[in-house]
Amino acid sequence: MSRRILIAGASMGGLRAAERLRASGFMGEIVAVGDEIHMPYNRPPLSKEALASEVTHEAVAFRLRPAVADVTWRLGVPIASADLAAGAVRLADGAELAYDGLVVATGMRPRRLPTPGPARGRHVVRTIEDARTLRGELGPGARVLVIGAGFIGCEVAATARILGADVTVVAPEAVPMRRPLGDDLGAALQRRHEARGVRFLLGRTVAAFFGEGRVAGAELSDGTRLDADVVVEAVGSASNTEWLDGNGLDLSDGVLCDNALRVEGRSGVVAVGDVARFPNPRYDDVARRVEHWSIPTDTAKRAAVTLLADLGLGAPEPAPFAPLPTFWSDQYDLRIQSFGAPALGADDIRVLDGDLDGEVVVGYHDGGALVGVVLIGLPSAVARYRAELMRAPVAA
Amino acid sequence: MKVVVDMDVCKDHGQCVFSAPEVFQINENGRLVYVAEPDESLRDAVEEAADVCPLQAITIED
Ligand SMILES: Cc1cc2nc3c(=O)[nH]c(=O)nc-3n(C[C@H](O)[C@H](O)[C@H](O)COP(=O)(O)OP(=O)(O)OC[C@H]3O[C@@H](n4cnc5c(N)ncnc54)[C@H](O)[C@@H]3O)c2cc1C
Repeated sequence: MSRRILIAGASMGGLRAAERLRASGFMGEIVAVGDEIHMPYNRPPLSKEALASEVTHEAVAFRLRPAVADVTWRLGVPIASADLAAGAVRLADGAELAYDGLVVATGMRPRRLPTPGPARGRHVVRTIEDARTLRGELGPGARVLVIGAGFIGCEVAATARILGADVTVVAPEAVPMRRPLGDDLGAALQRRHEARGVRFLLGRTVAAFFGEGRVAGAELSDGTRLDADVVVEAVGSASNTEWLDGNGLDLSDGVLCDNALRVEGRSGVVAVGDVARFPNPRYDDVARRVEHWSIPTDTAKRAAVTLLADLGLGAPEPAPFAPLPTFWSDQYDLRIQSFGAPALGADDIRVLDGDLDGEVVVGYHDGGALVGVVLIGLPSAVARYRAELMRAPVAA
Repeated sequence: MKVVVDMDVCKDHGQCVFSAPEVFQINENGRLVYVAEPDESLRDAVEEAADVCPLQAITIED
């Protein structure tokens, strides 16, 4: 009898899961349900090159391999709930779908500020629609207030500057991108932004937005009043797991998985991408979510094997799953690349090569051992440092 | 197998190099160079390289 695997979430993780199920020999039916109306697309350009030019689905869509041509995509409809014991989900339009295997790939959504004030003119960046609306309001002279100094906030600040906007970043941290880069590198990147005209008001939060019907500015926690035409909230994200409520899962931060990406002891249910919280024996046994672009691809490869083994359609993989986290960010002409887990080496940060105000390699150490590397530029050094991180033994 | 990298899109991230070092390399100037017609036996590696390209600049034409 033909089996059905249901993929919840039709973005990068969902697409990679479909590809890997086929690559691992699954011949049954694959149905992917996604609440966005689009076929899977690539998000990183939405704060970078696509936001700087024109935001179209065509420009950011993932190519579809022939192997996934027969996947059924049910788009524009969210999954409302799941009954894992019964092996079925219910869609918001009332349809019920039974499955033999389930892939959780519902990712994250931007956190919104609870701050009072008008809602119009306040943006987030996660979807094509978000980026398109924001793009329409960015232009020469627009006064843009970015709330949050993490990677997405800093990328949006850079892109808005490139488009000629007047940009201010407000955040509670003392330096931008402090986690995971650390104080010195964060401060060095702040200087690069300032040299290009971005203003930082750090150690502060927004107390209220003001304006009639549309945001016209913000009042900060220290009493500063700032006029603004556009506000971008880049203050982190929340997991899309409400549809899994009521199944007794640990959903306190994404969905808790074992090292093989199986949802905590639930045979036939796996998770991939941003929403999967799994232990990485390359570091320790603490389960963590990793919001890096490399993770949907890495986790899908492993989760497909786990799921097919649970369904009796393949052999389990005995080796531990120990991906090397990989992240990048482009701001102006700066290429920031991160390998490994800098956050785990935050107490012992050393400049390994170059200098902080030019091209640089920064190493993050735990117990004297290199656990993460961040490079600004220096493309020819990437391979060497990555190899060094890969050499560290992984506990079985 | 024929590989095409859109060099207007490529930003020399070099992720492809880790997946298929026989096909993709970063030269001493930090720029991507690649073998346009690699051996069929490298297909899996090249497909992985195409997957992990942040700019999605790599296409495999047959
Ligand atoms: C603006 C931006 C820039 C980024 N830049 C970088 C970068 O430079 N480098 C980097 O490494 N990473 C970057 N990332 C992170 C990277 O894009 C993510 O790690 C990646 O998108 C995760 O993919 P995913 O499939 O796990 O989750 P998502 O892409 O979030 O996909 C989840 C999908 O599930 C859908 N969904 C949610 N709930 C339901 C439901 N109940 N029913 C049906 N569908 C549902 C969602 O709408 C979405 O389409 C960036 C992210 C953003 C937003």
